[in-house]
Order: sequence, then structure tokens, then C-alpha cells
Amino acid sequence: MYSETVMEHFSSPRNAGKIENADGVGEVGNAQCGDIMRMYLKIDDGVITDAKFNTFGCGAAIATSSMATEMIKGKTVDEALGLTNKAVMEALGGLPSAKMHCSVLAEEAVKAAIEDYLSKKEAV
Amino acid sequence: MQIYMDNAATTPMSDAAVNAMLDCMKNNYGNPSSIHKTGQAARRAIEGSREAVARLIGADKKEVYFTSGGTEADNWAILAAAETGAKKGKKHIISTRFEHHAALHRLERLERQGFEISLLEVHSDGLVRPDELESAIREDTALVTVMYANNEIGTVQPIAELGAVCRSRGVVFHTDAVQAVGQVPIDVNAQNIDMLSLSAHKFHGPKGVGALYCRAGVPLPVFIEGGAQERGRRGGTENVPAIAGMAAALEEACRNMENKAKTVTAMRDRLIDAFAAVPHSRLNGHREKRLPGIASFCFEGVEGEAVLLMLDHAGISASSGSACTSGSLEPSHVLLALGLPHEIAHGSLRLSLSGYNTPEEIEKVIEVLPPIIGRLREISPVWEKIKNGGPN
Ligand SMILES: Cc1ncc(COP(=O)(O)O)c(C=O)c1O
Ligand SMILES: [Zn+2]
Repeated sequence: MYSETVMEHFSSPRNAGKIENADGVGEVGNAQCGDIMRMYLKIDDGVITDAKFNTFGCGAAIATSSMATEMIKGKTVDEALGLTNKAVMEALGGLPSAKMHCSVLAEEAVKAAIEDYLSKKEAV
Repeated sequence: MQIYMDNAATTPMSDAAVNAMLDCMKNNYGNPSSIHKTGQAARRAIEGSREAVARLIGADKKEVYFTSGGTEADNWAILAAAETGAKKGKKHIISTRFEHHAALHRLERLERQGFEISLLEVHSDGLVRPDELESAIREDTALVTVMYANNEIGTVQPIAELGAVCRSRGVVFHTDAVQAVGQVPIDVNAQNIDMLSLSAHKFHGPKGVGALYCRAGVPLPVFIEGGAQERGRRGGTENVPAIAGMAAALEEACRNMENKAKTVTAMRDRLIDAFAAVPHSRLNGHREKRLPGIASFCFEGVEGEAVLLMLDHAGISASSGSACTSGSLEPSHVLLALGLPHEIAHGSLRLSLSGYNTPEEIEKVIEVLPPIIGRLREISPVWEKIKNGGPN
């Protein structure tokens, strides 16, 4: 059902955990639908220097969280805002069609964390 | 070697069933409808199988119809009672909220076609109350269909009592006994059952074959138009090897059933006791009124499919009623029917055993599962909230 890459990211997720005093935090999804992703970002000079996640969800949700954090590390905020669920899915070697919504959550979690960062920056 | 604990999905075949099928395929290839000796040998295999299946559920061989499995038997039973009822102006059917989709989806279709469907509550213990059935029955009730044992949580209904209520009110009573046949003793007469569905692959027989029991005198309209097979009610050349394999499997399952049930129950209870120690976990359904082999749990703060995949990686095949496995966002209708909130129902795990499992395998699961739950909870934002004093 899942590609080898998905299973690999699921079994040994990269960047699982939290960042204390993160510059941006975003949480999407809800327990009702079965997947929740929380994304933590460390941002220096507009560049994402660290990204971590906490996820409650299925194999695809955990694997996409892992892949998405990998893909945005070292990127500028603008580049990270351009991350699409399609790109995450492709990097994972595809997902079953029923699992599309899990990758959408990963894209939304990144965006939510960046929005949090931008709104905090504005407030300063 | 993978440890197999998904016997409610399907079971490994018994040697008896495999041998019966092989023998049939090699030596008994005739068409049972042919009048020559080759055909008549196949006919004998089928009728011998029918006699065995009937005897093992306390029925007469004339009351057993072979089908392609449990799904077909459920559809046939429900459509038969609906058609018969509608002719008398009876268009009300009673069932339960946690039936298998084979029954539920058929009932939903009938509802769209003008039938009225009442679904009984199954309460938090996963059990139907006979007095609630009694009050749900109306003048125009055509059928009551209640599953014998639930496939996801394993609870066993008070079938004889439910049957007695139907009998006293003159309503046809069907039970989907797919999970129960071969696991617990069944007697259609003593238990007041009018129709019963069974499926071979749940008791170490082949897939794609089952049977519908229909009590003599209860109308059973033609289901598949065609030849004269199955007393003219289900046309099509019979699947002779599968039918022979089913009968052999059921003979084997019913032989020494009590002792096997004891062994399996002891293994199941060991699992239940061990996982009761995991904080924020629960057993789904009544503690005792359940099949020997099925135990279903919910672990708060984790999602079922993730648990399932990690168990698989650790060499254990299990199952989950998780939504993300089925492609919908809704968790299993069975767990929701028990009144569990969505977020808890998402964390379900079903371990279903058979006589082929060993106590060593049980200990292995007890060893590997709690650390898996721990790992997933560590990265779960839901668990973080529970841990910090959220709802219990
Ligand atoms: C309770 C119940 N009813 C019906 C079925 C369907 O049986 P089959 O797979 O033989 O169509 C199953 C098994 O999937 C079941 O568990
Ligand atoms: Zn998911």
C-alpha cells in the first residue's frame, strides 16, 4: 500500500519533536478527522534553520510531516511558502489516493507555522 | 515468520479443508447437474457437504443454501424478507447500528427504496437489549436482523432471547453469524433462528464460499435466476471444491470446540489483562460476553493505522478500525455506535486469535506493543494534551 520511502520515513521519522522558543508554530487538522500536525520552525534572517513536528495520525501523516520538515530546512521563508502537497507526495514516491488529504495537511502545517512567524514579526 | 493475529479478517486454511479441496479438484471434477457417474460423484460431494453444514448448526439439509460467502448470504436473507414482507404491506426492518456493511449497506439501499429501517442501540458494552427489540417491533415489521457476534469488537448477542422475542411476535429473525460459526456452539432451533449467514474463510475454510440457512416454511424467493441449482433459487454451477472444503473446515472447527475455545479464551484474556495496564487505554465491548478470539482496544493519543504499521514492522499482523485506513475521515461505525468520541475511536487496534496462535506469540505482542504506543505518543500533540491533564 505504501512506497518504501513512505515506510522508511514513517519508521524513522526525521525531525520528530519540539523546538523550545520556536519562531513559528502552526497546528492543523483535528482529532475528529484523525490527523493533527503541529510544526515548529526556527528562523534566522528569513531562513529556516530548523524544523520539527509533532503528529497524531496515520502512517502517511507521519511520513509527510517528516518529509515536509526535511524539504523546508535551509530554505527561505518564501521558498517554504511555495511547498505543495504534490511536491511532498512526489518526494515520498507517491501516496495512495485515499491518503491525499494527509499530504495536504503537511503543506497547511508549514504555511500555518510561517504565518505564525510573520504575524509575530509584524507585531514586534 | 509473521505472527498472524487478524483472524477476524480471515483465517489460515486447515489441512482438512485443503485436502478436501485438493481431492475434489483432482478427482471429482464433474458437473453436479450431469446425470452420469462423473457428475453424480460431484453431486454426492455437494450433498454430503450440505448434510454436514446443516448438522453442525442443528438444521436440516433442505434448509441450507450454498452462496459465494457471508456478504451474499446477508444480501439474500435481507432481500428475501423484504420482498416477502412488501407483498403483505410490511416495509419495516429492525437491525443494529453496528452490523457489517454487507447488511448495513443493503438496508440503506432498501431505505432509499421506501422501507423504514430502525437501528437498535448497542450501548457502551456492545450488546443489544431484548426488551428494546420487543418495543421496536411493529405490526408492519418484516424482518429483524442482528449479527450474532461483532467482527470488530467480538461481542456476542443474546441470540436465543432475541430470537424468542421475534418468534413470539411472528417476525422473521435473521442473524449474520459469520464471526460466530465454528467458534461457539450454534443450534438454530434452540436459538429460535429463522435465517443465518455463514462464511467458510472465517473458520479455516476457503474464501468465496458460504451458506444461508433458511428455516423450512420461511419464504425464500429466487436470488439468482439460472439453472436448477440450490433448489432453483441460486442458479450457477456449484463451486464443488470450495463447498467440500467448507464442510471439512466446519467439521474440524466443531470437533473439540469447547477445549479449543478454552485455550483461545485464555490467550485473549492474557492480552486483555496485559493491556489494561497501559494508561489511557480501554477494551471495547463487554469483558466476558465476547468471542473467544477477539479483543479490541483503544489507546488514547495515537492513531490506529500507525500502531498497525509499527506492529507489522515488528512482525505482527493485526487490524484497526481507523478511518485513515478506509479512506474516509470517519472512524469505524462500530466504535462510534459504542458511543466513543471520534478522537478515541481513531486509536483502535483489533487483535483476533485462532487456535493456531500460541502463548509464545501472545507474550511477544505483550512485549512489543506498549513501546510502540509509547513511541507514537511521544510525537503526538493529542497525547501531550492528555498528559497535561486533559480529559481522562
Ligand atoms: C460479520 C461479518 N459479516 C459478513 C462478512 C462478509 O463475509 P464474506 O467475506 O464471506 O463475504 C464478514 C467478513 O468480512 C463479517 O465479519
Ligand atoms: Zn491520515
